[in-house]
Amino acid sequence: MRPFDYQRATSFDDVSAGQIIAGGTNLLDLMKIQVMTPDTLVDITRLEGLSEIQAEGEGLRIGALVTNSALANDARVRAGWPLLSRAILAGASAQIRNKATTGGNLLQRTRCPYFYDTSQACNKRTPGEGCAAQGGAGRMLALFGTSEHCLAAHPSDMAVALTALEAAVEIRSADGETRQVPMHEFYRGPGDRPDIENGLGKGDLITAVILPSPHAGARQTYRKVRDRASYAFALVSVAGSVAMEGDTITQVSLAYGSVAPHPWMDHDVVQLLQGETASNALFERAADALVPDSAPHPDTDYKRNLLRRTFIATMRQLTGPGDTAGTDIARTQG
Amino acid sequence: MTDRFTMDEPQPRLLDETGQGVIGTPMDRPDGPQKVSGTAGYTADHPAPEGMAHGYLVRATIARGKVLKIDREGAMGLEGVLDVITDPRMTRNPAQGMAGEAPVQPADAVHYHGQPIALVVASTFEAARDAAQRLSVEYETEDAAVSPGNTRDTEVDDPETAGDFDAAWDSSEVTVDLNYTTPSHAAAAMEPHAAVAQWNGDAVELRGSLQMVRFNKKELADSLGIDASQVRILSPFVGGGFGSKLGIGPEAVAAAIASQKLGRPVRVVMTRQNVFDMILRRSETAQHVRLGATRDGRITAISHDDRVSNLDEEGFAEPVSQASQFLYGADGLSFTQTVARIAATPAGSVRAPGEAVGMVAFEAAIDELADKLGMDPLDLRLKNLPEKHPMDGRPYSARRLADCLTEGAELFGWDARWEAGSRREGDWLIGMGMSSAARSNVLVKSAARVRLTGDRAIVETDMTDIGTGSYAILNQIAAEMLGLSPDRVEVRLGDSDLPGASGSGGSFGASSAGSATFLAAKKIRAEIARKIGCSEEALTLQKGRARGDNREADLSGLVTEEIVAEAEIEGGKTAESHFSSGFGAHFAEVAVNEWTGEVRVRRMLGVMSMGRILNEKTARSQALGGMIWGIGTALTEDMQSDSRDGHVVTRDLANYHVPSHADVPGDMQVVFLEERDDWANPIQTKGIGELGISGAGAAVINAISHASGHRIYDIPALPDRVISSFGVK
Ligand SMILES: Cc1cc2nc3c(=O)[nH]c(=O)nc-3n(C[C@H](O)[C@H](O)[C@H](O)COP(=O)(O)OP(=O)(O)OC[C@H]3O[C@@H](n4cnc5c(N)ncnc54)[C@H](O)[C@@H]3O)c2cc1C
Ligand code: SF4
Repeated sequence: MRPFDYQRATSFDDVSAGQIIAGGTNLLDLMKIQVMTPDTLVDITRLEGLSEIQAEGEGLRIGALVTNSALANDARVRAGWPLLSRAILAGASAQIRNKATTGGNLLQRTRCPYFYDTSQACNKRTPGEGCAAQGGAGRMLALFGTSEHCLAAHPSDMAVALTALEAAVEIRSADGETRQVPMHEFYRGPGDRPDIENGLGKGDLITAVILPSPHAGARQTYRKVRDRASYAFALVSVAGSVAMEGDTITQVSLAYGSVAPHPWMDHDVVQLLQGETASNALFERAADALVPDSAPHPDTDYKRNLLRRTFIATMRQLTGPGDTAGTDIARTQG
Repeated sequence: MTDRFTMDEPQPRLLDETGQGVIGTPMDRPDGPQKVSGTAGYTADHPAPEGMAHGYLVRATIARGKVLKIDREGAMGLEGVLDVITDPRMTRNPAQGMAGEAPVQPADAVHYHGQPIALVVASTFEAARDAAQRLSVEYETEDAAVSPGNTRDTEVDDPETAGDFDAAWDSSEVTVDLNYTTPSHAAAAMEPHAAVAQWNGDAVELRGSLQMVRFNKKELADSLGIDASQVRILSPFVGGGFGSKLGIGPEAVAAAIASQKLGRPVRVVMTRQNVFDMILRRSETAQHVRLGATRDGRITAISHDDRVSNLDEEGFAEPVSQASQFLYGADGLSFTQTVARIAATPAGSVRAPGEAVGMVAFEAAIDELADKLGMDPLDLRLKNLPEKHPMDGRPYSARRLADCLTEGAELFGWDARWEAGSRREGDWLIGMGMSSAARSNVLVKSAARVRLTGDRAIVETDMTDIGTGSYAILNQIAAEMLGLSPDRVEVRLGDSDLPGASGSGGSFGASSAGSATFLAAKKIRAEIARKIGCSEEALTLQKGRARGDNREADLSGLVTEEIVAEAEIEGGKTAESHFSSGFGAHFAEVAVNEWTGEVRVRRMLGVMSMGRILNEKTARSQALGGMIWGIGTALTEDMQSDSRDGHVVTRDLANYHVPSHADVPGDMQVVFLEERDDWANPIQTKGIGELGISGAGAAVINAISHASGHRIYDIPALPDRVISSFGVK
């Protein structure tokens, strides 16, 4: 670890003095192995007003410092947005979730192992250096939205849920202005600068996530498939919320995790499903539209089939009869 | 004076007669409170000696070649840096288990990506690591094959055979011919490797995390070019080893060199990444199993060939077919091993070397043969248990494999087993699988000293406790033999100044060091008998009181002057006349998601016969831990490396997946069948640390096939592999 200065922010004005640290569960790991080497850390955990979950209209305003544990366990979240609760609980471990924050979770870096190993070339770590993952081991890489410069996937579960729930990120800039950016516009693709992962500028602070009201009567679920039963990043995940009238799908929103540099959405798939009668044939067609014909890395070819099957299984759960033995599904209350 | 004992004939069961009532009980480990309160002296937790500096190992970042230049000056300019050390005595990798000599010392040659090439020493760990990270190194690179499939440098051993395999195979009525792969595994002990070295004149004291102190002492001395008498090793607590700490590691040798150069104590602690890069892995395997049988299910031909890998000059090769050679009989058996030489982190012993991966393939093949024969896999196994060791004709010393299989089947409800692929609960397909378990048993030369004053005893040996419970069982043996309550017995371990024991490895520690303790205590019994004037046979020692031939006395009054007894045991003729092995049976029930290919183990049962159980609780923990390793082998553990430069890709525990709690079912049962192995050693025990893993993974793999109706050949059964086994889009 490089020596660094540590400052404790007491007001918003202090934030731009260096690299923000919240729970530190991602940043400190990266600093120890010197993938990130900030000169100054600004600890924002004492800033006031960022640790609450407040009702805002029919929705919620989630402070950036609300821990992943607190958010997942919040009674309102569990009742109204169970998909969010499930996604968070499907991630990391209880100890990490106790420390991890809402803002930090959105900004966690990729788990591409070449990004973590400074003996390997990585454009995300050092733009222009090359991408050693290409031609290497790539089980965790992305399927969609990659560029020739970077194939990495975003690992967050929470961000996938927030995307499906049409949440927005509230950002305060150094000059005190506050703006809201919808989740699906928050991240940017790698292009030729995979080191730049979102639209945040210098001194920008995530202050909250705004969660709109859930679709009434919708069923929600978060389905995460991984290499062990717990404490592993997703191979693929599907976040879904579906409302039905009889057999007809009246509202659907979906997001897919660990398949792209950011939570992935596909409007064509939603279009295909909306207003249609739920059936296996429909889901098969939607899966055909969703899954790409080829993978950017041979090691992620399996994700095409896995995504397809996980998508169909999730849609079956969300639209099927109540009997879902052995699966994890939740119906929103109210 | 040390009594030497050689195991030349079966031994009487004295521990069944002593009657203190301590042996076998589920006694809590005496070191437990220290461990849970953080006061156990693990190497890096031990209070730092005055003036200690911190070393960090620098790794090579090329697969093969030579270090041309290290920018020492640049690094020395960084704050806190004391030295950048390269030294021809530094070692390439840990010594193999029981080597007793220095590992390869490559000087400036680089043999694999990740090899330690220098040690940066600084006043803090952080400064040392930073300087190591920034250190600029110039290399000359050479081409090298880094994966076993690509190297032309292979050694094919002569086949080990019995009977005529080819003839038996040709005349078999039913055959299976199958190929399997397993990946490299990491031991992944919780405590990373660490060492603190300190010189006093020309003698070095090394506190380390090491499993085999008696050997490690010689290995360190040889590495440093000094005499073993100048080395003292202290390893009282080891946070898990699983084979990865058998031999002296590069951290220990480097710490000793640095401490000598700088004239102050030096501590080297590996990071998790260092451990993955530099510590011996379990080799990946490619296995070819051919089995032939008559139509009514008599196995006639067995062949189990394998290819493993290692780095040049490493003598170890994963003994993949070890158990396949003695589990079942056949007219012809043949086993051929190929070792591929590659430039990659070298391979060595990881818990149950051989069986841990060999039995997964072999026992899956046995299952597939049963399928083809239309037989219950349990019946096929029961039908083919040989009378004698199929390779060399030795009788088994004690073998309750048939009992394990039948009692296990009964307890597990095996007869309720349904047709493969026919049971579902929602999206989950349910299946049951089983496997035999076997892990051969050995006795390794060991010495121990027991001291008795009044009713207090001290056991001293350089044996280690790597979390297994040595402190508990050696206490119990001494307490039982001397008629003492366990709280009157103290056990001192892991100090090379104490009598040399086997160390912890190959599941032989409890039997070997335990027998030495038993023999030393037996000597004390003879002395007590003499004191009260009875024959040794007539003596009873219970509750601190000695009795015999109508005489009795309290030990506290009788033994006013310390009695010291030392004994040493060694294997002998019984190892040639009889074949000793632990045996068992594993059963597993799994659920397989028909959409996502996820596998969840729902319950597991291991029934094992492994000689006398010294402590029911620590034995159970060993068995359970082994079974959990079996789950990891079957489902999650997959150490990946880069196919271009061979570097380890899964370098932390977020990427190398040992089973998490959620992977382990609540319903994990272990049942021990009563057994005494009189041919094994004077305490009638067998190794238990590795039997739990041997075959456990196969039970899970077989259960998956039963659930889905499709077989898995590339292990672990990751979700995508399970889906592709379904053979559908
Ligand atoms: C072993 C392990 C397993 C894990 N498994 C999973 C998993 O399965 N699924 C999953 O989703 N996650 C997983 N995680 C990741 C975990 O969720 C993140 O580490 C955590 O959410 C990060 O939050 P933090 O507050 O600790 O962020 P920090 O580490 O403090 O910060 C992360 C980044 O966010 C920036 N930042 C933090 N807060 C703000 C803010 N308010 N405004 C602007 N910038 C900010 C920091 O500057 C830094 O760049 C795992 C982590 C570990 C270590
Ligand atoms: S895929 Fe992206 S993160 Fe991974 S090595 Fe390439 S550039 Fe780096």
